[in-house]
Amino acid sequence: MNVNQSVPPVPPFGQPQPVYPAYHQSSYGGQPGSTAPPTPYGAYNGPVPGYQQAPPQGVSRAPTSSGAPPASTAQAPCGQAAYGQFGQGDVQNGPSSTVQMQRLPGSQPFGSPLAPVVSQPAVLQPYGSPPTSAQVTTQLAGMQISGAVAPAPPSSGLSYGPPTSLASASGSFPNSGLYGSYPQGQAPPVGQAQGYLGVQTPQRSAPSQASSFTPPASGGPRMPSMTGPLLPGQGFGGPSVSQPNHVSSPPPQALPPGTQMTGPPGPPPPMHSPQQPGYQLQQNGSFGPARGPQPNYGSPYPGVPTFGSQPGPPQPLPPKRLDPDAIPSPIQVIEDDRNNRGTEPFVTGVRGQVPPLVTTNFLVKDQGNASPRYIRCTSYNIPCTSDMAKQAQVPLAAVIKPLARLPPEEASPYVVDHGESGPLRCNRCKAYMCPFMQFIEGGRRFQCCFCSCINDVPPQYFQHLDHTGKRVDAYDRPELSLGSYEFLATVDYCKNNKFPSPPAFIFMIDVSYNAIRTGLVRLLCEELKSLLDFLPREGGAEESAIRVGFVTYNKVLHFYNVKSSLAQPQMMVVSDVADMFVPLLDGFLVNVNESRAVITSLLDQIPEMFADTRETETVFAPVIQAGMEALKAAECAGKLFLFHTSLPIAEAPGKLKNRDDRKLINTDKEKTLFQPQTGAYQTLAKECVAQGCCVDLFLFPNQYVDVATLSVVPQLTGGSVYKYACFQVENDQERFLSDLRRDVQKVVGFDAVMRVRTSTGIRAVDFFGAFYMSNTTDVELAGLDGDKTVTVEFKHDDRLNEESGALLQCALLYTSCAGQRRLRIHNLALNCCTQLADLYRNCETDTLINYMAKFAYRGVLNSPVKAVRDTLITQCAQILACYRKNCASPSSAGQLILPECMKLLPVYLNCVLKSDVLQPGAEVTTDDRAYVRQLVTSMDVAETNVFFYPRLLPLTKSPIESTTEPPAVRASEERLSNGDIYLLENGLNLFLWVGASVQQGVVQSLFSVSSFSQIISGLSVLPVLDNPLSKKVRGLIDSLRAQRSRYMKLIVVKQEDKLEMLFKHFLVEDKSLSGGASYVDFLCHMHKEIRQLLS
Amino acid sequence: MATYLEFIQQNEERDGVRFSWNVWPSSRLEATRMVVPLACLLTPLKECPDLPPVQYEPVFCSRPTCKAVLNPLCQVDYRAKLWACNFCFQRNQFPPAYAGISEVNQPAELMPQFSTIEYMIQEDDLQALKESLQMSLSLLPPDALVGLITFGRMVQVHELSCEGISKSYVFRGTKDLTAKQIQDMLGLTKPAMPMQQARPAQPQEHPFVSSRFLQPIHKIDMNLTDLLGELQRDPWPVTQGKRPLRSTGVALSIAVGLLEGTFPNTGARIMLFTGGPPTQGPGMVVGDELKIPIRSWHDIEKDNARFMKKATKHYEMLANRTAVNGHCIDIYACALDQTGLLEMKCCANLTGGHMVMGDSFNTSLFKQTFQRIFSKDFNGDFRMAFGATLEVKTSRELKIAGAIGPCVSLNVKGPCVSENELGVGGTSQWKICGLDPTSTLGIYFEVVNQHNAPIPQGGRGAIQFVTQYQHSSTQRRIRVTTIARNWADAQSQLRHIEAAFDQEAAAVLMARLGVFRAESEEGPDVLRWLDRQLIRLCQKFGQYNKEDPTSFRLSDSFSLYPQFMFHLRRSPFLQVFNNSPDESSYYRHHFARQDLTQSLIMIQPILYSYSFQGPPEPVLLDSSSILADRILLMDTFFQIVIYLGETIAQWRKAGYQDMPEYENFKHLLQAPLDDAQEILQARFPMPRYINTEHGGSQARFLLSKVNPSQTHNNLYAWGQETGAPILTDDVSLQVFMDHLKKLAVSSAC
Repeated sequence: MNVNQSVPPVPPFGQPQPVYPAYHQSSYGGQPGSTAPPTPYGAYNGPVPGYQQAPPQGVSRAPTSSGAPPASTAQAPCGQAAYGQFGQGDVQNGPSSTVQMQRLPGSQPFGSPLAPVVSQPAVLQPYGSPPTSAQVTTQLAGMQISGAVAPAPPSSGLSYGPPTSLASASGSFPNSGLYGSYPQGQAPPVGQAQGYLGVQTPQRSAPSQASSFTPPASGGPRMPSMTGPLLPGQGFGGPSVSQPNHVSSPPPQALPPGTQMTGPPGPPPPMHSPQQPGYQLQQNGSFGPARGPQPNYGSPYPGVPTFGSQPGPPQPLPPKRLDPDAIPSPIQVIEDDRNNRGTEPFVTGVRGQVPPLVTTNFLVKDQGNASPRYIRCTSYNIPCTSDMAKQAQVPLAAVIKPLARLPPEEASPYVVDHGESGPLRCNRCKAYMCPFMQFIEGGRRFQCCFCSCINDVPPQYFQHLDHTGKRVDAYDRPELSLGSYEFLATVDYCKNNKFPSPPAFIFMIDVSYNAIRTGLVRLLCEELKSLLDFLPREGGAEESAIRVGFVTYNKVLHFYNVKSSLAQPQMMVVSDVADMFVPLLDGFLVNVNESRAVITSLLDQIPEMFADTRETETVFAPVIQAGMEALKAAECAGKLFLFHTSLPIAEAPGKLKNRDDRKLINTDKEKTLFQPQTGAYQTLAKECVAQGCCVDLFLFPNQYVDVATLSVVPQLTGGSVYKYACFQVENDQERFLSDLRRDVQKVVGFDAVMRVRTSTGIRAVDFFGAFYMSNTTDVELAGLDGDKTVTVEFKHDDRLNEESGALLQCALLYTSCAGQRRLRIHNLALNCCTQLADLYRNCETDTLINYMAKFAYRGVLNSPVKAVRDTLITQCAQILACYRKNCASPSSAGQLILPECMKLLPVYLNCVLKSDVLQPGAEVTTDDRAYVRQLVTSMDVAETNVFFYPRLLPLTKSPIESTTEPPAVRASEERLSNGDIYLLENGLNLFLWVGASVQQGVVQSLFSVSSFSQIISGLSVLPVLDNPLSKKVRGLIDSLRAQRSRYMKLIVVKQEDKLEMLFKHFLVEDKSLSGGASYVDFLCHMHKEIRQLLS
Repeated sequence: MATYLEFIQQNEERDGVRFSWNVWPSSRLEATRMVVPLACLLTPLKECPDLPPVQYEPVFCSRPTCKAVLNPLCQVDYRAKLWACNFCFQRNQFPPAYAGISEVNQPAELMPQFSTIEYMIQEDDLQALKESLQMSLSLLPPDALVGLITFGRMVQVHELSCEGISKSYVFRGTKDLTAKQIQDMLGLTKPAMPMQQARPAQPQEHPFVSSRFLQPIHKIDMNLTDLLGELQRDPWPVTQGKRPLRSTGVALSIAVGLLEGTFPNTGARIMLFTGGPPTQGPGMVVGDELKIPIRSWHDIEKDNARFMKKATKHYEMLANRTAVNGHCIDIYACALDQTGLLEMKCCANLTGGHMVMGDSFNTSLFKQTFQRIFSKDFNGDFRMAFGATLEVKTSRELKIAGAIGPCVSLNVKGPCVSENELGVGGTSQWKICGLDPTSTLGIYFEVVNQHNAPIPQGGRGAIQFVTQYQHSSTQRRIRVTTIARNWADAQSQLRHIEAAFDQEAAAVLMARLGVFRAESEEGPDVLRWLDRQLIRLCQKFGQYNKEDPTSFRLSDSFSLYPQFMFHLRRSPFLQVFNNSPDESSYYRHHFARQDLTQSLIMIQPILYSYSFQGPPEPVLLDSSSILADRILLMDTFFQIVIYLGETIAQWRKAGYQDMPEYENFKHLLQAPLDDAQEILQARFPMPRYINTEHGGSQARFLLSKVNPSQTHNNLYAWGQETGAPILTDDVSLQVFMDHLKKLAVSSAC
């Protein structure tokens, strides 16, 4: 890694981006077809040459590569990334420089990095000392992403090539020629892609060797790229200087080189004269085929002194860094998957099939396994033994969303009615009838697929078998042919052996001074009048069966009698908050239509009645208690909607004090900030769960309200928490109302119990989500809606069998919103493997991150945050090291090699690590952290994916006419062009970033003002203008909002404006103000960790 | 001794006082030998049309331990402007202003004095009750404050001042709260003024936080009417086999707490309307399981009444608190079954409240009784007074042993307080929170003069009763009654003493003692005690030859006394057989507060006979009075029974009364009805009105009261057609008297 030099990471890249996009695409998709390498490539080529030279050093390069891009490798796309980085990293200044130059303007940034040329050494140092920290960049440098498995430096030349095109490189695999193609889109399919290419289809198999690919896929390319970049970098070097540390970096030992090598391996042939040539080589051609998947970075990480060292020589100081373009790009992966898997329906018939990514739009055909919309697993191929599992450290988990909403094209689960006898179940393990049950003895008996027990088939269920041993009616019965279906439950499945009454909604409104002053109460009451017409109803029911009740409260509670026979509502005050009870039964919960007049009158009067209130104190626990008691009295399940404004300091159970203390951050006591202040809420929640009382909490705090404590009940009852800090009607009205409407209208299952059964060999051992568990197997959910997920972790308790695979059956018993008791069953069959490579080839990184985030977020309750972060890093390193050790083809230790399926693991994990919960910035409040922590706990994979790695969409790049979403760019400041406008969303926040030199016409048509300076920063609504751009942007915003379960409030951010800080917080590939590592730095660090593990 | 009778009646007329002895035995020893204690029945607020209130403060004796009020018995030295107290002989100067009339009439507090808290029950006749309440609102003066509390499973305190939405504070019916908690929860405590400096002028400082719950009628008339109109049955479902949950104990506690916090020492009534027994929370009398019946006397004797003690304790605590605050509690219980009066009786007993028991709120019995509470006297004032204290002063030969009546002790010790307690003793002052013109207390004295310190001839003992009360017009008034009686040496002047015996008063006073004992002792013990007292009295005052029952004679002034005792023994005040505990409590409640005449009626009901032979005549309360051709009218105080003899009944059945030629028969039938109406008009509580005939099931009311001179046992012995045999094993008056004579003349006991 001579190369590596720590380069000051950032700057350069930013600009380049523009280019990137192209790359990415190109590279991947492109491979094949795309000939036209974007200019960038061209540029590369240039560099390449340089590299070539470098190549000799082969080794050295590696480092270089390592430094930068390693990651990139992974990403086919990286190609791009590669550029930058490599350039720098690699000693090959010469070339690189050129390259960069050529690149684009954007390149500039690179330039700087390059400068570091010196890098190598530099880089190393940084690592050594600064290890983790930002300087990381350097480290990065170390990593050569070179996918190149092969240490073969030779390719060095390649390396260059790669830089640019790593992606292309990958592409190359498939077909070297591809390169051209790469450039654009094609690449994506890194691993897969390759596979697709046909060539590699086999990939996986091939892939097994993953390692190789690295090169191939990304790696290969990257390496090159790395190098490439490096060179450039150096060239640029000048600038790079910036980071002194980096300079030091060089220390990294030779390793880096190794990496690079890798890259080269395949490709050695510097060929592509133009850019690609190099790649192809790398790509290995060799690898290419084989493993598309795994990218490996080879690289020295900065961290490792070794790395640096070797390389050191090459270029001195110039701090060098990895080329961000060379490291695996989430955007590219997503694009690839979209292109490759978004077109065909995903058919669930085959066991152990990895579904498309959550970011891909695809249709699902249920042919016996549950749709990935219901269940996603971290791996679809489970190690047969626990030893293997331990070795791999890949958590085995399933993220289950039992009531997930389906797109209109997919049918909801069929409802099966087995009559009075109830659903057919295994006598021993109580598993429900499912397609995997084996009918024997002519159909008279069946063998349970979970516990192997042989059961008699009841006479009324008997059916003959066909010659394959399948029941002839298999396709007539959903429970024999589908992965997901519902049973009607019999009375045995009901509480107290009584069919449930329809559920009730109780609206509980804080009417203390704060709530009145902000106008919240008036707004809410007004909205409720119309909202009550949209209560969830079942099927084609004319009116909702749900009854409603109203409570207002401050220090005392006011219940309302809204019985239809009354002329006026009656208010009943309960001041005995210490011992809450419900003052009335009849008239409290009413049918909306029957009592409409009284309800309307009530909602009209509430704001008036309290208009002059001076009461500032509130209670909280008694409010929930009251709602729960009301449901208990009415003998039904239901949901409480609490609208609350302040810390409950009034004398009452559950009274809280302000214990916010930022000084605790980063101490052993930090965990107390996440823990509830008092155990009272847990006890209360338990009672709620027993009653099927789900609590949704809307918070409107002006200051600390102790979300950690207040959210305990919603959390344990399967409810949601919404927080609107400093609520103002003018600004937050739309967001609040939209959330409220959605929350009220969404379909909910009540009083639910979920049980996950597994076939022998594995067992569900741990659960994450918003629910309560009173034993180790039953997940009790007072309420469960279509947005909530439960993550379940499995452990081995015996050997699994490759033949029979592993089965999961998730059974959810719930009461529908019409009061019907039902059982929803989801089945999923997984493969089992004896080869670790199979495991790595069938992983789902998004799901893995979902699990790891939840695991970590729960961990902060009990351990210091630092320990949690370390655990995550260690686990990630172990996973990757295990792969490297067991699955990747032999390569230099300095090379970072990532499994194709997990090449985004580092970047995503880094996002998790620097999230507000695990690494809070100065502006993040304790409440925010608790809030987020709580939210993430029940997020599904798609939500965590975008939450941790926000989507950044350029608005003016694609033609105005195009109706599709513009392709995203990577979340890094380098990718922002000051002449463009971007939308950034993460599921909770939505920013519109306006570059300082955006065309005036654009400003005019979007904001209706004449210049950039006149745009009001912080604006939350775009003016409605009748021009294509405005329509398109607003349309896009609407569509983004429609995709998320919560309304995202828009904030317009101007470049160089104060608010930009806020926005930058979400550019997760960059170093964060609070100390979070940039992607590149982190990758280097990870490489170091892996190396340590391996050595 | 007609003169004595006249004297007695005159005294009663003027002072509202009747003594058992009107000439007092002059030594302790002799007094105890009189058997019947020296005692009096005092009706503090007896209506005296010719008693105008004086508009100035009374003049008190200056001796701190005495403080007697200047009265006609004092010796006055007009020249020296001195007067001598007749109790302690202190010489006092008249106050300077005494000559003239000083307008010292202290105005009552600004706050209207009189408030009503109404409670409601949930029963089918809720409607009727609502009407009664609405009626009552129209009877109250417009500035009276009223509040409304309703209860069932929960207790609701209604806020009467609000516009729009009607608002109420709700309390759990199972949890007792302290007055402080209640006030906190109702927001009655003054908000601690935080940061006074910061906000100098807190504009409205709620002068009257209570105003939300207690409002002048004229302000919230409509509100309250609407509220009453919208009241619904307790909305909580009552499952089969369960009683409705009724939180009487807590409701009462909250009412007490509310008034305690807002209007202490101001006249106020808490009116409890309940349609069933308290079934939950503190003060519960019976569980909500219908299969477990409410306690009976049998259960109580067997110590099987699970909740009784606790409930009683709860209500006693409330009653005492209420009494301390000068408020009173009325109980209107209308239900077919018992409602827990036994446990709750102290609320009314200790506070001078009313107790009304009926079958339903939808009966005229309840409606008219309730209406009568708001009746007015000839001045147009309500016949009720609040927060009275009665102080008794005696000349030094006497001490006060105690009082029996609707009062609580104020625990004022003093030189004139005896150590021997009779009734509520150990004090010279009592509090009577609610009074009406007929409320009568029995006050018992002890003669303490030693035998060896004879009182000079012509000496008189004096007693002064000072009653301070809040008149319904909100004035604070003091009524002073001073009486004096002659002393007589029991050995030399026994005749005088004997002649001055008021056997009616004595009977009532003894009965009160007996009933008072019965509250805490076993029934048979009390009867035995009464018997012994009677025998001793007969031994003392009878004329007889030892061991010769036939020679036994009693003088006129004692002649009726044994008969009173006979009927008392049979009365529901002492006999619990055939009465529920609630009924016993109800009867005893009234017995302990009615004046002498009414009390006597209760002891020995009055029986009138109507016939063609002449005007109606009182007849013996005896089965021999039940004749076929008579109509009987019996007044037991609680019941008015009209009974048609067999023949009369047949005639009526035949319709003779409708034939013009038998108009006299029609008149005969009408006469008792008219008389009954007259009684009904005047009495409170309204008696149960029973119109029955020979063989009617309700004839039992009559048959159970008359002296069973003819029973199935002796029917043939008498061999006459007259009268009606009573199927009972009870002894008859004749047998009773025979025994009495035998025992009285016996030297054995």
